Amino acid sequence: MSFVEYSEFIKEGDVVIIFLGHESMMPIKVEAGAQTQTRYGAIRHSSDLIGRRFGSKVTCSKGGWVYVLHPTPELWTVNLPHRTQILYSTDIANITLMLDLKPGSVVCESGTGSGSLSHAILRTIAPSGHLHTVEFHAQRAEKAAQEFRDHKVAHLVTVRNQDVCKEGFGVVGVADAVFLDIPSPWEAIVHAKKAFKRKGGRLCSFSPCIEQVQRTCETLLEQGFGEICTLEVLQRVHDVRSVTMPLVYLGPEDGGPESAKMTTDPAAEEARPVANPGYQSVTCRTATPPREMAGHTGYLTFATKPRG
Amino acid sequence: MADPLGVESDEEECRICEGEYVVLKRGEVYKSVQVEKRKKVIFEKQWIFMDNAVGQLYGSTFEVDSGGILNLRKPKQDEDSTDNKEAGLDNRHIVDDGKSQKLTRDDIESLKEQGLKGQEIIQQLIDNSTTFKDKTEFAQEKYIKKKKKKYESNVTVLKPSCRILAMMYHGREPGKICHLRYDTLAHMLTMGNIHAGSKIIVFETCAGLVLGSVMERMGGHGSVVQMYPGGGPVRAGMESFGFPSHFHETLHEFPLCKVNALLSGTLNLDEKDMDSQSNDSADKEQSGSSQVSSGGGEEGSSEPQSMEVSLDPAEAKKREEREKLREQKAQEKKAKLEEKRKRLAAAAALLEGRNADGLVIASRFSPCSALLCLLKFVAPSRPFVVYCQYREPLIECYTKLREQGGAISLRLTDSWLRHYQVLPNRTHPVLLMSGGGGYLLSGITVAAAASGAQQKSSEPAAKRIKLDEITSTADSSA
Repeated sequence: MSFVEYSEFIKEGDVVIIFLGHESMMPIKVEAGAQTQTRYGAIRHSSDLIGRRFGSKVTCSKGGWVYVLHPTPELWTVNLPHRTQILYSTDIANITLMLDLKPGSVVCESGTGSGSLSHAILRTIAPSGHLHTVEFHAQRAEKAAQEFRDHKVAHLVTVRNQDVCKEGFGVVGVADAVFLDIPSPWEAIVHAKKAFKRKGGRLCSFSPCIEQVQRTCETLLEQGFGEICTLEVLQRVHDVRSVTMPLVYLGPEDGGPESAKMTTDPAAEEARPVANPGYQSVTCRTATPPREMAGHTGYLTFATKPRG
Repeated sequence: MADPLGVESDEEECRICEGEYVVLKRGEVYKSVQVEKRKKVIFEKQWIFMDNAVGQLYGSTFEVDSGGILNLRKPKQDEDSTDNKEAGLDNRHIVDDGKSQKLTRDDIESLKEQGLKGQEIIQQLIDNSTTFKDKTEFAQEKYIKKKKKKYESNVTVLKPSCRILAMMYHGREPGKICHLRYDTLAHMLTMGNIHAGSKIIVFETCAGLVLGSVMERMGGHGSVVQMYPGGGPVRAGMESFGFPSHFHETLHEFPLCKVNALLSGTLNLDEKDMDSQSNDSADKEQSGSSQVSSGGGEEGSSEPQSMEVSLDPAEAKKREEREKLREQKAQEKKAKLEEKRKRLAAAAALLEGRNADGLVIASRFSPCSALLCLLKFVAPSRPFVVYCQYREPLIECYTKLREQGGAISLRLTDSWLRHYQVLPNRTHPVLLMSGGGGYLLSGITVAAAASGAQQKSSEPAAKRIKLDEITSTADSSA
């Protein structure tokens, strides 16, 4: 297993994703002799996981069962331990497309944060690209580096613990793409410029606040970037379900005498048939929106650094 | 710090070569063209000869002169010479009577004919506008931007990429790509975990854009099997990506009409089978090229036709040549069929293992049957994505998948995209916005469920109607 290459069978040391049910998953690191508790019982790594095929159903000690899945950056994003607010796949997908990322791309990123975007970048640039990621928080930098090792992608990434606004990315003239998710991205633009290859490349800055976006765009323009474009993207989920709605009773079709008269004679009321002979309803298969949805994550600003 | 990967050496890669596919850009308008010398291409109502682009760097901007010839623009030439200090504070006194511009349409046309550059024409328009100096600075900027869009005849030549082509298709010919918006395409590639080294099945009728995007993300590693309806796969959009030739070696195709045969193990790869497909076209070819009526079995024969009785040597020579040509054509046809058979066998071999790493569907066809069928070729614990312009077909897919099992994490989504204008004191969302970009159904395969009863239900049970909600008219108190 690695986050950049599929494999068929689970081995010791792999990170796998246990699927427990709707919106319920957890990552575990496979170790011989270890056990993981779930609400369905214990999973014994040696007998239940090692050697099994990814995608198999695994029965837990209490009798319930789960699926064991091959990790992907997308599954990792929704299951990783948060050290910071993270980027979700909606933004990640657009960043990947708009930065022209592909195998062989060299990318500079700051801040690393919890590594959500980092894993997605690594997946896309493998096997020949490289990610230079900068994180100014020492523990977060170390945790990210450890995770990259666990996920068998360390050969594709260099983690540097420094401040990108003061010291840049630690490399010059190598990047096809630069990504910034920091409080003051305009302070890093000059360093971003140096990181690019001579032929230039694509830049992206992610900021939650419009004021940050404004300052960043101003700086990008001053620094000679082109094709400056700011957008936001949100994903809407549609919950597929069957919906049953009762039919309204409009009285007997033939407009018979019973319905026309409004009698208050108790005897007559009892004699009248029940309004709906067997309640009638119609069922349709539809999709409804959730009650609430993510309305804002951040603004994505893209730009092109021309040859220079 | 020294760059461990070595200094970039792709200078050649950066230069435009003849025969390559490029994308022309002006403002927000893109067009994909092939660079061919002495051949006119039309872009934004202008005829252009691409000759002068050859040898220049990608990203270069050219001015198009009245003859369609490209002239390289120096990067710094972009400076605005309009240093207008004079501007108004608001528009309370500006009356729009349509007469503020003193130049007539004919005047402007003659300026164009005189060979004035766009920048110069705009300056003329400003000088001849009675209201320009009264406009606010913002209004002046907006005016100039608008005129630039109309009168500048610059074109930038870009190297194609998924982003550029997706935006181009969505802006120019959305119908060809089932109205797939570029952010939805971005989702497909990400949710599908498309990456180098995997084996992906693609079924698309998006002119090859989706196929090309998948191939770009695979970087020439791994393999792609393109399923196609009808006679052959459509790849025009893929060609526009300008992939190096070795990428094409990873690409295979397989006809959907043979999928059932493949699944049941009855796929016939014999030449005879191939023949039956191309018989019609072959017969037409024969009758067209040969003036002598002959039975089909005479192919390849070097015997003179017995029906011809002329003994004229010139005539005989002609006959001989016709024979040779027919023979040659027959050989070519045979070679082509053999090639086709080989390719079919190769694609079948890739599919047979039922271990594909992903499935991407984006077509105008109803997705359900294709999805359920093609999923059989996908290994367990692999993602799949289905795009559809409409929602209901995906609801159907979702429902069927829930019933049959074998897929989890099913999600029906669509995305909302909005662009912003970011200018000092003028920041706001752009006025016009995309109404929709299509819908996606994504999921992950799992080992086929033993029985449907063990479904981990993810939907709430359909709400049961409470008896007292059905009121009889007698109870009505409203």
